[in-house]
Amino acid sequence: MATVQIRDVLKSYGTLQVIHGISLDIADGQFVALVGPSGCGKSTLLRMIAGLEEISGGDVEIGEVIVNDLPPKDRDIAMVFQNYALYPHMTVAQNMGFSLRMQGISKAEIRAKVERAAEILGLQQLLDRHPRHLSGGQRQRVAMGRAIVRAPQVFLFDEPLSNLDAKLRVQMRSEIKELHQRLQTTTVYVTHDQIEAMTLADRIVVLNAGRIEQVGSPLELYDTPETLFVAGFIGSPSMNLIKGKVVLGDSPTIVTTDGVSLPLPLVSGLEAGSEITYGFRPEHLSIDPSGMKATVVVIEPTGSETQVNARFGTTPITAIFRDRVDFRPGDSVPLLPDNKRAHVFDTLTGQRLHA
Amino acid sequence: MVTTARPRTKKPNYHWMLHAGLIAGAVLMLYPLLWMIGSSFKPEGQIFSDLNPIPQSLDFSNYIKGWTLGTGVSFTTFYLNSFMICAGAIVGNLFSCSLAAYAFARINFKFKPVLFALMLGTLMLPFHVIVVPQYIIFNTLGWTNSFLPLIVPKFFAVDAFFIFLMVQFIRGIPVELEQAAMVDGCNRGQTFLLIILPLLTPALVTTTIFTFIWTYNDFFGQLLYLNNERKYTVALGLRQFLDASGQSSWGAMFAMTTLSLLPVFVIFLFFQKRLVDGIATTGLKG
Repeated sequence: MATVQIRDVLKSYGTLQVIHGISLDIADGQFVALVGPSGCGKSTLLRMIAGLEEISGGDVEIGEVIVNDLPPKDRDIAMVFQNYALYPHMTVAQNMGFSLRMQGISKAEIRAKVERAAEILGLQQLLDRHPRHLSGGQRQRVAMGRAIVRAPQVFLFDEPLSNLDAKLRVQMRSEIKELHQRLQTTTVYVTHDQIEAMTLADRIVVLNAGRIEQVGSPLELYDTPETLFVAGFIGSPSMNLIKGKVVLGDSPTIVTTDGVSLPLPLVSGLEAGSEITYGFRPEHLSIDPSGMKATVVVIEPTGSETQVNARFGTTPITAIFRDRVDFRPGDSVPLLPDNKRAHVFDTLTGQRLHA
Repeated sequence: MVTTARPRTKKPNYHWMLHAGLIAGAVLMLYPLLWMIGSSFKPEGQIFSDLNPIPQSLDFSNYIKGWTLGTGVSFTTFYLNSFMICAGAIVGNLFSCSLAAYAFARINFKFKPVLFALMLGTLMLPFHVIVVPQYIIFNTLGWTNSFLPLIVPKFFAVDAFFIFLMVQFIRGIPVELEQAAMVDGCNRGQTFLLIILPLLTPALVTTTIFTFIWTYNDFFGQLLYLNNERKYTVALGLRQFLDASGQSSWGAMFAMTTLSLLPVFVIFLFFQKRLVDGIATTGLKG
């Protein structure tokens, strides 16, 4: 186990720069998720930690050793790939024991370690099979077994669940979390799925276009997104974001181009006429006679909650109600965002305006 | 309402005609081969007087006469020589072509596209173009009248066809496998030996078979470099029966030619499926 420190790391391919100076400290035993849309550089960053991608600038430290020029095999890491990358010509046991074999460890010891890892993951029955005879979930588990068998300093996961079907994904997600709680190994986990990141990680790093947007615990990111990007990215269904101009009267309001007017929470830095974006989560809308009239478009009941797609004027919004609601498409319903939990962003800079 | 049942138009069956045509074609193509095999069992006098490929009696004297040749060197030597050259060529091709293919498929180096194009260009270069300069080189090295000119070049990846075959195959192997191997503690060499080579098996089998057939069937190269009867191969041995003065022993030649077909025939019989595998499956599933 070890800390991972990333300092001002750059990556460029020729003249194209894809990572623009990222710094990140990962504490010993922490589970960090790198999340962002495709092309944001999250996999590249992970592969630089692994040593599969050259570092164009800055330093990567694992366990207080700068590993910039160390080959992957000398970094004491284990990686789980998106397509698992199991060696097709080896059995499950050989796959899991391969790294130990490369270290020159005796056969008996390899057997013992592989069996212990297989027991943790419930793979005892499959040790003599070849990967082609395994199901997707089993392959995934073997890939994890290959990683844990060598007890590395750091686990690296590169979108390990994206090849599984939805049900299996949820199951493996909790298995990964359980495994981490058990082994307490420092873990860096790349995903584009923010739910995966939220449920697994101690800390989430949101990346966008090669830069860090925000680092924080899952709930920090959810409750106080620092930028418009994070606000839109974290949460499903995503936050309602309404663009407009500030009108200062008795109390500040936002007015959109199509005439929707909503009261704003008290934040600093509001100037009359400035362009802002007002954000509120779907579950923070309530039916209130003092609210703004919204036109219901679609109602999606899931049983535990009801998602309502509606419009403030022409602006589409989403609302989620825990109580059963009796709307029909076309109904006009007064909806009021909870301003204690609403967010205001500067539209031009994308930065949050704090209270 | 009365519906008149339309008489079903039954297509006339042309299959038997097609088959008859194909069988006639096959017999036509096979006749020379059958005639040769049949003639190997006939007494010398009957060979050219009797066009029926089926011999009246099975006479093995041609085989005995042919094998011992009467010059002190027998076909035992020729077969051993042929197999030795084949073995050398196979080892050389497997070793050098797989390494060259791995480099072209996975390692980035300067001028790679140009070198790859040049390598493929040699596919279009007929052997006869390089035969004179090559002979001069080997003669200067003092390698003529030995197996070296037929084996040593194979260790330098000269068969572009096999390199290309393996390059395509390696490109089909997911690159993550190698990255996983590197994380697991392999260097380049170990990745190649422990991951790529085992997965390359179908292409290696194809290379082995084709190298054997091409080397075994090669006449020109062996004729060029081997002058001593003790160094002769099967292909050169067969030529011994033809005499410029007209004293050719046809029966013995046909007998030995028939025998010489056996190794190739056996290889085709056993590896037919692997041959197609190697060419058709340039990748892995799952």
